[in-house]
Parts: sequence; structure tokens; C-alpha cells
Amino acid sequence: MDFATLASQFFIGLSRGMIFFIVSAGLTLIFGVLRITNFAHGALYMVGAFIAYSVSTLFGQGPYGFWLALLVAPIAVMFISLVIERGLLRFIYNRDHLIQMLLTYSLVLIAGDLVKIIWGTEYKSMHIPEALRGSFNLWGASLPWYNAFLLVVGPVVALGLWFFLSQTNLGKICRATATDREMVDVLGINSTKVFAMVFALGGWLAGLGGALIAPTTTISMGMDASIIIYAFLIVVVGGLGNIWGALISSIIMGVGEAFGILFIPGVAIIIPYIIAGVLLILRPSGLLKSAW
Amino acid sequence: MSTNNFKLIENPKGKFNTYLGLGIAAVGIIVLLLAPEFLTQYYVYLLATVFTTALLATSLNLVLGYGGLLHLHHGVFFGVGAYTVAIVTTKTSWPFAIAVLLAPLVAALIAFVIGWFCVRLRGLYFGMLTLALGQLVWAIVYRWNALTNGDNGIHAIPVPEFLTSINSVYYATLLILVISLIILYIITKSPFGLMLLATRDNPVRSESVGVNVKRHRLTAFVIAGFFAGIAGVLFVLVERSVAPSLLFWSESAEVLIMCLMGGLTVFMGPMLGAGILVLLSMVVGLYTEYWLLVLGLLLLLLVLFLPQGILGYLMEIYNKSQDKRGEY
Repeated sequence: MDFATLASQFFIGLSRGMIFFIVSAGLTLIFGVLRITNFAHGALYMVGAFIAYSVSTLFGQGPYGFWLALLVAPIAVMFISLVIERGLLRFIYNRDHLIQMLLTYSLVLIAGDLVKIIWGTEYKSMHIPEALRGSFNLWGASLPWYNAFLLVVGPVVALGLWFFLSQTNLGKICRATATDREMVDVLGINSTKVFAMVFALGGWLAGLGGALIAPTTTISMGMDASIIIYAFLIVVVGGLGNIWGALISSIIMGVGEAFGILFIPGVAIIIPYIIAGVLLILRPSGLLKSAW
Repeated sequence: MSTNNFKLIENPKGKFNTYLGLGIAAVGIIVLLLAPEFLTQYYVYLLATVFTTALLATSLNLVLGYGGLLHLHHGVFFGVGAYTVAIVTTKTSWPFAIAVLLAPLVAALIAFVIGWFCVRLRGLYFGMLTLALGQLVWAIVYRWNALTNGDNGIHAIPVPEFLTSINSVYYATLLILVISLIILYIITKSPFGLMLLATRDNPVRSESVGVNVKRHRLTAFVIAGFFAGIAGVLFVLVERSVAPSLLFWSESAEVLIMCLMGGLTVFMGPMLGAGILVLLSMVVGLYTEYWLLVLGLLLLLLVLFLPQGILGYLMEIYNKSQDKRGEY
């Protein structure tokens, strides 16, 4: 086991962590502001991947298709989320966790079968655009260009979220709503609109995650079930509603899983659960301060 | 402001007439005892599946409804029970009875280990840790090829001679279900059960009057795990095969739906939910392959319009009518 292998595995894990972050940032935002445990987040991610595939196929899987898919899929998922929030979620904000959870779970079931009806059951795959194919040398280790691309996109998204939440008025209102919804209402701001916006933003992030993962994997039914558990663990480990906590735990999960694959390939699948279990036992309320 | 408290469930009121309840139960049992005489083998098998699932759902409700804990991954203990029987009967030469006795004990042991960590957390964090640790068990079962046969599962599990016909399996599962339900019912009415309700409704006050909240929750968790293990044994009797998907979280979600559908506030609620879902999935399966879509829509309606569940709703009406009668 030389340094180069370790380094390349580290960067692959890091880039996987970026996908985890993009998906779980949306989930944790929704957690923090709407206080809803959104099981449907994984389904939105899956729908994002399928839409990306369709858009890309429409353009013959060419280079433009990929970039257009990256643009269109998140926006499409954002609109779907908006419909879900206005049509269903806003009726259950004051209900119990279990009720909210099961409502979003019903969307998982519905979305799963709808995807089956629309796209069929066979596996789909999407091409990586020419410019991002192949790999390059990094300290003797080879790193695929696409993973490097993810390593750029992740921090860009994180920076964008930071800018939005702490530098813009709207973002400040979001954070205020997370802390004290009634006070926000008293100040004359329509907090349900904030809820709708945050849920749509969360959906956009889920769609982006799906579109980004699409070229690297087989797009199939069931990709929602695996990501949603990871995303939940990341969000809880990071501290509910805390985006930076989600970033840290995404990186821990991604890198931990990558090293797990390297050292103990047979049981790598259990690494994220062990990491999450240990971290939750050590820090029961998450790594960073929870939003509520 | 905290939404962590589980406020959904009102205390199960003791207003429902005990004799009426016993009468309904007795008639139900007699009907079920006679049922195989009139049904085809397939329906007998289906009813046995209902019994298995009903026990699983009722055991979950001890933690979920009575304990007020967001237990998201109960299927793990069910799966562990089933796998224990499967492994002991196929990998060792121990008698079948040992396998059957071991299964709930192993399930309870796993429940103790998982519960030990979980009861330290509150609300959603509790739920997420049950999910994390439960998925960990699933992943171990899925990967440990030497012991569990991994992805393939274990098939053609040998059972004793007297349990080979579906009718005998039916009566065995019915008998075990009834005994387990009686024990579970006694537990909910025991001082321990009432204390559990107290820790659910007001954990802070319970703690301050000297109730060890964590220990009560852990005990409930282990008891629920034990009975889920028994349900796992029943599953093996009925299906004679096990697969790792038994322990996957979507399986547990389905059990949660059963509890909600029947009503978390009522002891018999989860059982009703289990019966409805198992039979409905069979009926819907005749017409369409999109059972999950139907289940999703059903769950959506349930959550929006009938969150107290079917029996919970009926109990509300019954209680209201009793209140009115009292006024006059």
C-alpha cells in the first residue's frame, strides 16, 4: 500500500463526500427550517438522476446534453418539490414527527412506482462528457477528471449556500425562521413562503446531487433507498439543520467509505453505519450545534 | 421550542367495556380456529402470514405507541429471530426446539445492545440511531456469507414432521400469537406498562419522582425485540426461508404503516393494520404490479385524514358516545 494509492483513494472518497454533502445539505436545510424529516429527499435525488438521463439522451448523450441535464434536472426537481410542499406538506407542519415522516415516506413509495411507470425497470446509464473523461496524475496517483470536477462543484455549492444564508436578506430570513417562526410571522414576514422556498431549494440540491451522480453509476430503481439512509445519518451526525456539520460528516463518511473499500473490501458496506453509530454515541446531539 | 415530544397518542382510555372486548376476542379466536375447514390452502397460508405480521406490529407498538419512542427499525429483531432459527437448523445438529427457544433470546440480546445506546438519545436522534444501528445489522447479515449465506438467504429450512402441513403451521402460529398477545396485553396493563406510559407523557416529571426513564425504555425495547424474535420464528415456520431483505429498513417502514393504519392508541390497532395490509397487498397484487403506488396513496390519505388510525377513530367515536350518555 503506497502513498499514491492512499492519496487517490482519499480524493475519490472526498469527491463522493461532495455528492453526499450536496444531497444532505438540502435535507438538513429542510430539517432546520421546516422541521420535517423528509424521506422523499432520496426519491427526489433519484428523479433528478432519471431526468438528467432523459435530457442527456435527448441530445444523443453528447457534451451539450450533459451540461443541459445538469441545468435542467435540478430545476425540474425544484418544481416538483414546490408542488409537494404547497400541495401536501404545508398541511402537516404542526403534526407529530412520525406523521410527517410517514407522509414523506408515502411519497417515496409513490415516486418509486411512478419512476418505474415512466422510465421502465431496465438500468440506465449516462455518458461522462468528453472534457471530463479519463484521469490525470496527482502525486503518482491517478484521479479521474470527473471526480476532480465533483471536488470543484462541492465547494462551489457550499460557498453558494454560505453566501445565500449569511449574506443575503432572504437567507437571513430563512435562518430566522429556523430559530423562531412565530417571531418571523410577528415581524410581518410570511413564513409559509419561506418554507416553500427552502423546500424548493432543498429539492434543487437533491436534483443536483442526482444529476451529478448520474454519469458515474447505473441509474436504477432503489438508488433512493441507499442514499436517503446515508443522508439521514450525515445530517444527524452533523447536527440537525447545520449545513457545516453536514459538510464535515459528509467528508468523514465519503473518505471513511473509500478507505473501507481499500482496506476491508468485503465489509466496506458497513463502514458508514459504524461511523455514524460511533459518532452518535460519542456526540449524541451531533458534531456541530443543531439549528433547533 | 421542541417538536421532539411524541404527542400523537392519547392515553388508551379504559372506557371500552372489558367484557365486550373479551367477547369479541373469543368470537374472533373461534372463527379463526374453524377457518381452515372452509378455506383453501392459499388463504390458510395468507392468514398465517397475517398472524406473523400482527405479532411483529403489536410488539413494535409497545415501544412506538406505549413508549412514545420513534423506533424506526423494528424489522431487525424480526429478521434476527428468523435468521437464528435458519442458522441453527441448517448449520448445527441441535434440535429444532433449541432453535425456536434461542431465536427470541438472540433477538432480545441484539435489542438490548441497540437499545442500550438508543435510550440515551431523544426524539429524532433516537429514531436515527435505531436506523443506523439497524442498518448495521442488516449490512452484517448481507455480507457475512459464511454464516448467513449473504445475498442469497437460506432456503429449505428443515422443520419437524408435525409442522409440514400448512394447517398445522396455521394452528401453531395462531397459538403462539394468542399466547404472545395475552402476555403483551398483561405487560401493558402491569405497573411497568403504566410507568412506561408515564415516561412517554412526561419524562421530566417521571424522572423527578424517581422513575428510571432510560431503564423503562430499554426494558420496553428489549421486550419488543423478544416478541419480534418470536414473530421471526413464525415467519420461518410459514415461509421456510429467510433473506437479508427482511432486515432492510423499508421492511420496518411497512410495519410502522401497519401500526399507524390500525391505530397506535389501541392495543389491537397494529393487528388490524397488519391484517388489512397483508390481505390488501394480495388483492391489489391480482390486478396490478404497482402495489407500492397503491400503498403510498393509501398512506397519504391515512396521514392526512385519519392519523389516529382506524381503531383509534372508532374508539374516539365510542368514547364520545359514552361521554354523552354520562351527561344525561
